[in-house]
Amino acid sequence: MATPVRPRRALGGLRPSGALVGVVPFFVYVTVFLLIPTAVVVIGAFWGADGPSLGNIRALYEPQGGYPNPFPEALRKSVLLSLYTALAGALIGGVLAYAVSTAKPDGLLKRFVTSLSGVLAQFGGVALAFAFLASFASNGLLTLWLKKVGYDLDPNWIYGWNSGLLVVYLYFQIPLMVIVFLPAVEGLKPQWREATETLGGTTWTYWRRVGLPILMPSFIGAFLLLFTNAFSAYATAAVLVSQGNPLVPLMIGSSMSSEVILGQENIGKAMALAMVVVVAIVMALYAWIDKRASRWLVR
Amino acid sequence: MNRSFTRRAGMLALVGVTAAAITACSPSSSSSSSSSGAKGDAKTATSAADMGGMDALVAAAKKEAALNVIALPPDWANYDEILKGFAKKYPEIKITSDQPDASSADEISTAKRLKGQPTAPDVFDLGTAVALANTDLYAPYKVASWDKIPDANKEKTGLWVNDYAGLMTVGYDSSKVPAPTSLADLMKPEYKGKVALNGDPTKAGAAFAGVQMVSIAQGGTAADPAKGIAWFKALKDAGNFLSVDPTPATIQSGQTPVVFDWSYNQTGVTAKVPTWKLWAPDNAAMKVFYNQAINKDAPHPAAARLFQEYLFSADGQNAWLRGGATPVLMAAMEKDGTIDKTAAAALPKVSNPVMPSQADTDAAKKALAAAWPAAMAG
Repeated sequence: MATPVRPRRALGGLRPSGALVGVVPFFVYVTVFLLIPTAVVVIGAFWGADGPSLGNIRALYEPQGGYPNPFPEALRKSVLLSLYTALAGALIGGVLAYAVSTAKPDGLLKRFVTSLSGVLAQFGGVALAFAFLASFASNGLLTLWLKKVGYDLDPNWIYGWNSGLLVVYLYFQIPLMVIVFLPAVEGLKPQWREATETLGGTTWTYWRRVGLPILMPSFIGAFLLLFTNAFSAYATAAVLVSQGNPLVPLMIGSSMSSEVILGQENIGKAMALAMVVVVAIVMALYAWIDKRASRWLVR
Repeated sequence: MNRSFTRRAGMLALVGVTAAAITACSPSSSSSSSSSGAKGDAKTATSAADMGGMDALVAAAKKEAALNVIALPPDWANYDEILKGFAKKYPEIKITSDQPDASSADEISTAKRLKGQPTAPDVFDLGTAVALANTDLYAPYKVASWDKIPDANKEKTGLWVNDYAGLMTVGYDSSKVPAPTSLADLMKPEYKGKVALNGDPTKAGAAFAGVQMVSIAQGGTAADPAKGIAWFKALKDAGNFLSVDPTPATIQSGQTPVVFDWSYNQTGVTAKVPTWKLWAPDNAAMKVFYNQAINKDAPHPAAARLFQEYLFSADGQNAWLRGGATPVLMAAMEKDGTIDKTAAAALPKVSNPVMPSQADTDAAKKALAAAWPAAMAG
């Protein structure tokens, strides 16, 4: 009789252990701040005025009153804005991180740049938006200086999703990249470069065959972090662009607290669900690319 | 109301969820409001007489010793002076002012979430759309001056009553831009990147009224915002329309030199920026009332009713007037001489103000909801 063996093993797996108690606070935290809100969003997205419905989802693409639905356009702009700022942030921040990594380990420059990045990466939001306005708006400091030297800056460029917002997002994207990417570039050993040169390789060969393949998985991971960071950013854009809600987070905010058009909370939840779907797609892409990029690694 | 200043809407959804989760766990504390000792029960009293007169109401309110108000920004319609005035008159009643920058919709959601708890709001000050959509949450109450309030400004059983009206105005910093004399002036290059609306009209009541006002000025009606939307689109195309959300900070630092907003918000700015002036187009004076109501489940029912009495007394009405708003009892007070004449003279002069009906506003919203995002796209 071989059957009694299996239940015993199953029970053994369930036996409470000290380690399990340790993670209980974490599970409680995840439940309260992640699982419950996600459940509220998903259920709300499929809940109409009288029971389950697909009306909220339809409200994301059906034309309204003869005008095209603004949601697909907002989603497109949100994705593109996140993509552009993540790409620019990752490239500039990556190069900066490499430059810093070559500095003296305990030197002033390195300490200065890393602590500055730590502060600036968290600087997004109302404070950043206001600093940006004080510099570049119609009566901004830089605008007035430029006017004095004879250059008229168009005061409206800072409010465009594909002009001002791109620039202002980089203020927190680049420092974030420096912070998360620095450990990876510091892992590059000088011996690898020496080995390349001993074997007759050039700088190009080193980067092409050694440096970049090693950095690629971290780079893609950091890029993804930057993408989601920009995708979910709200406060900076909310201060600069309060008209027409060009981005999805702004549309969601409007649907939740509008005092003009009531009862669209669940449409907001449907929009949030769409954002979850976009991030899920990006995560899946990341997993696939990561697998390919680290194929050479022995795992 | 929506101050629209320092909005924290982004976090509201998450905070709401967690707050709901937390309150669900805590035992719902019994209402701290028996108001025993008074002649009537404050919870069901529909006038001071039901309580056995004004003195009995005051005694019951003092016994409760607390009042919770919500979404009353100190710089909105002079609420700072009103709350201080009430606290001075009834020092025994401690006022708790919750979420001063919340919107009307947030007031209602907070009342629902905190129902039965001692921290729930006692009174509401609501935009009309939100006020009419939630009448089942209010306790009917008629203040002492009830009969003087025009019939058009109150719900006949006393569920809600108009409290004060704002005039839609254009505020401008005369040290930064020339004084506008017509809406067409605002299209000129001098105003490039300088004209702002207080919020998105599909979200904030003040901005919505701004579009209605422009629509009327351009020959449209309060019910049909098409001409107003077209005007703002032209303003945007001219490069003059600022998308930034105006706040006291952006006004003081000169980044939003022209702002469409209620008169009672502009008057507060003048105190900080002396060069801040008000202007309204001659042909498009538009007034809109806010609404006062008492929470049916108010934790301090007597204090809530006493606060309502205070708001509709000469003290409360004159405080609104000094803040640049038109109190609902203005005509009655002019007649009986209790009005603050200096403040009344300082109100912007208008003739035949338009007061959009609920049907007008509903029609305008419907048209605006789809047309505004399309006009602002790109």
